[in-house]
Parts: sequence; C-alpha cells; structure tokens
Amino acid sequence: MAALTEQIALTGAASGSPARKTPGGIGDQLFRLAAYASAILVLLFLAGILASIAYGGWPAFREFGFGFLTSSAWNIGQEQYGAFVAIMGTLASAALALVIGVPISLGIAVYLTQLCPGWARKPVAMTIELLASVPSIIYGMWGLFIFAPLFARFVQVPVSNVVEGLPIVGTLLYARVPSGVGVLTAGIILAIMIVPFVASITRDMLDQIPTVLRESAYGIGCTTWEVVRHVLVPQASVSIIGAIMLGLGRALGETMAVTFVIGNANRLSASIFDPGSTIASRIANEFNEADGMQLHALMALGCILFIVTFIVLIIARLLVRRVKVA
Amino acid sequence: MDARNPMPATIEREAAPVTGSRVRPGRRVADRVLVVSSTLATALGIVVLGSILLMLIVEGVKGFSPALFTEPTPGPGSEGGGIANAILGSLILTSIGIVIATPIGVMAGTYLAEYGRNSKLADLIRFLNDILLSAPSILIGLFVYTLMVRTMGSYSGWAGGVALAIIATPVIVRTTEDMLRLVPGPLREAGAALGAPPSVVIKSITWRAASAGIVTGIILALARIAGETAPLLFTALNNNSWFSPNLMGGIPNLPVMIYQFALSPYPNWQQLAWAGALLITITILALSIVARFVIKSERAR
Repeated sequence: MAALTEQIALTGAASGSPARKTPGGIGDQLFRLAAYASAILVLLFLAGILASIAYGGWPAFREFGFGFLTSSAWNIGQEQYGAFVAIMGTLASAALALVIGVPISLGIAVYLTQLCPGWARKPVAMTIELLASVPSIIYGMWGLFIFAPLFARFVQVPVSNVVEGLPIVGTLLYARVPSGVGVLTAGIILAIMIVPFVASITRDMLDQIPTVLRESAYGIGCTTWEVVRHVLVPQASVSIIGAIMLGLGRALGETMAVTFVIGNANRLSASIFDPGSTIASRIANEFNEADGMQLHALMALGCILFIVTFIVLIIARLLVRRVKVA
Repeated sequence: MDARNPMPATIEREAAPVTGSRVRPGRRVADRVLVVSSTLATALGIVVLGSILLMLIVEGVKGFSPALFTEPTPGPGSEGGGIANAILGSLILTSIGIVIATPIGVMAGTYLAEYGRNSKLADLIRFLNDILLSAPSILIGLFVYTLMVRTMGSYSGWAGGVALAIIATPVIVRTTEDMLRLVPGPLREAGAALGAPPSVVIKSITWRAASAGIVTGIILALARIAGETAPLLFTALNNNSWFSPNLMGGIPNLPVMIYQFALSPYPNWQQLAWAGALLITITILALSIVARFVIKSERAR
C-alpha cells in the first residue's frame, strides 16, 4: 500500500489523472535525468572494463589461439606466451586460501553468534571487521617481513626434512629453497584476507535465523555443536556457500599481497612450498615494462581473470540474494 | 534440509536415554571441540590484527621525524629525505577519486532507491554494482590504462584519480541506496502532498533524513581507496620528486611508494616505506572507526 502511494507521489505524470499537472518542470526533469545517467554509468564501467581488456588481449588470443591457455611458456625474448602457470598459481593459491580460511571464518561466526559473552561481542566483531579494512599492501609487507621468516623456520624446514624422499608428500611438501615465500604462503595470507568478509556475512546470516529454532533445539537438550550442525548450518547453508564464493572472488583477484609473498617465478612446480605466480601478480610485476606482444599477453591474462572472477561473483551474489528473499 | 524440522531424528535418539553422566562422552567431546576451535579461530584473527599493528608501530615509529612531512623522497642509496611528496600526491589522488565518485554514486543510489525501485533495469544495475564492488582492482587499473594513459600518452594523476573513483563509486551507490530505503515512505508522501516535485522531495526530505548514512558511505569509500595500490601502478605510477601542478607524468603516492621502497635493497628507503605504511594504516583504520560511529549515532536518533 505504502509502495503504491509512493509510486503515485513520485511518478505523478505517468500514473496521475490527466488533469493534474506535474509540479517541478525542467529542473525536475534534469534531476531525474542525472540520476538515470549516473546509474547507467555504473553499467558502463563494467562494460568498459570488459571491452578494454578484451580489446587489449585480442592480439594475444589471435596469435596463440587456444594454446594460450595450455602453454606454460613465458619467454619475452622469443615472444612466446602462455597462461598455464599463472592460471594454475591463481587457482592453487585461491584453493589453499579457501581450505585454510573457510573453517576459521565459520569458527569466528559461530563464536560471535553462539559463544561470545554479550559484553565482548561488539569489540570482537569490530576487531575482525577492522581486519577487512587493512590495505592489501600492508598484508603483503606483514607476510613478507614477519610471516615468511617464521614460516620458513618453523614449518618449511622441519616439514621438508620429514617428508624428503617420501612419495607424493615428498614432492608436494618439499621446499627446494626454504625462503618462506611460495604458493602456500600466498594461500595463507589470502586466507587471512578473506576471513573477515566470509565471517561477517556468515555471522549476519546466522543472526537472521529465528531464535526460536535455536531455543527449541537447546530445549530438547542439544549441545552447542548439535545446534550448529543440525539447526544453524542447514538453515544458512546456501548463503554460507555464497559467502565462501565471495571470498573466492576476492582471493582470485587479490594483487599486492600476493605479489609480495608468492615469489613471482614462472615455473610449474608440484610443491606448494615453491614460488609461483598468479595472473594478478604477473600483471602487477610486468605491465609497466611490457611492450608489444607481452602487453597483449598480459591483457589476455587480465581477460581470463575477469571472466573467471565474474562467474564466481555472479554465482556468489545469486546464492546470497536467494536466501535474503526467502 | 527441511527448514521446518530443526531436530533431525539422530538428535532425538541420542538425547533420549540418559543414564549416569548427563551428556554422552561423544557428544560432549564434539561440543568441546567446537567451542575450543571457534574460540581459537577468533583469537587467531585478533592476534593477526595485533601482530600487524605491532609490526607497523615498531618499524614505523623509528622512521618518524619532522623531515618525513617536509622533504620529498630521496634518491636510491642516499640518506635522509621524507615522503612529503607521496603524502600530498595521495591526498590529491584520493580527493579526485572521491570528488568524482560522490556525485555519481549518490545520484545512482538515488535512482535505485527512488526512481528505479523494482524495475528490471534497477535490478540489473543493483546486481552489477554488487559485482563491481568486489571486482579485482587490478582490472580497473587495466581499464583506466587503456582509457586514459594510452590516449593521453602519459601516466597522470587524473588517470589515477579516475581509477580510484571507479573503485569508490559502487561503495557509495550501495550505502546510499540502503540508507534511502530506510527513510519511511510517509515522509515522501508528506512532501509530495505539499506540492513539491519529486526532485525537491528527494533533495530536501529523503537526502536530509539519510544524510548521516550517506556520509558514512563516502567515508567508507575513502577508507577503501586510500590504500589501493594495484590500480595506481598503471595509472599514476610513482615519482621520486615533486610533481607538476597539471598532474601529468608520474604522481608520487603512498601505496606505490611503499610497494617500491619496501622491496628495495636500501635501508633508508625501507625505513620510509615502514613510516608510510604506519601512516596509511592508521588513517584508514581511523576512517573505518569514524564511519562506524557516524552510523551508530544515526541509528540512535
């Protein structure tokens, strides 16, 4: 009812009786036009990003064809470029970030909604959210100067010594040069960066679940674990997956923090302790000195990143939205 | 997954026979594990934030001196110097970004909340705006590079400002729309009943009622773009001296300065990078906290 009257109030000319004159005049029309144009501009931003990157990357796609995706060459002298190493690095670091970050995020969300004493809720939630506003370059510095030396000394060296010579684990977890930087370090830093996002969305979703469901579960003698496992998680599962996808979108496109800690090597290694590179880190590293085909190849990498991230983000938004409506 | 039945059969079976201890060991262990692990996860988050702040304070305070704010960045391998040019450059770039993004963002948010509402176009814009909100910032850098640096033939502060504006806009659109939607409909109706045209109703009633929320959105956008590095790499670049007033050529700015200096082999540069990192992080955290209090006072009213 309210919506109906508002519509009549705001679009008087369209729905009002013909006798009624619209107040306002030219200024009013201009204001409306400005609002409309601004909204369309937001669409144009997105279209412009896609168009410019596709335009810039087109020569590389034409030159290398489908092989661009599967080739692991990156030879500036011979003008041979392939995206495979960067794609694998991006996927591996993002996957590690999810494996590490998602349980932590869910833990924080459960703590904040179920376990935290009332007085501590606000400060703890705020601390976690402040983690989200720390710039990514600071995470990069922290990762490179504080985390990487500790990681090399207390994880890489002991683990490498233990697994050396073992099948599978021996290649997967062996650091040839235990410097602390590598794909796993990037994954851990990314995990820390996505935790505040996933945790705060999950917390909001858990808060939206009617209290009576939780109370009735506790009432029949459920433990906190059972309430979380059998009541809260099934209720919020779709939106939690959406939140995780949002985190994934962030992890795929994160640039500066990863550039600091991934080692920037164009080499395909089976070990997650070894340096690698991601699409974003490679663009950040090489773009300013790039010329000719290298520039096109970097744009083509950006195009691949665009497509992958946007598919992930679209799925994420659809999942998060569907629950809000229901 | 039946939402109406929150107690699956397993719980009922397990909960029924209670003999001896009140809770069966398996259940108690599972519960303890959950409590301990989620507490640990939260503690971990707090420890990481504490560790980052501690690192910045320990390393950054060493580099603080009056020269930091008065002298430009020094050449490689030299002594002394400050980051005054980078601070000024960052202020200018961020101002350009916010000055461009605020009118676009507020007007687009107004369109979504007041004019478009539930139309198909508004739904589409809302959805794509949410996606733009979390789009990788490096791609926005590539876009502005093609759009402005290529056509103008040189890196410039204008390109950097536009890149930051594109990052800030979706944040402002989102908060403006959310805040305008909280304004009760009868307020608008009262304005319209006085014969005010829609633009006047929006400008002097809805905007005014939602002003604190809209300001919060702008502060949040400011906090978001103040530390952005990736899009500036290809647009504003960096520069080790003062910049020309027409903002053409590389414009020094804090994030890119930090990136280049932190990875350099010169101790003096690294020191300046730490000082800059402390400065920028404190600014951004302060902005985020201020935004929170603005929104809180709005809710209380």
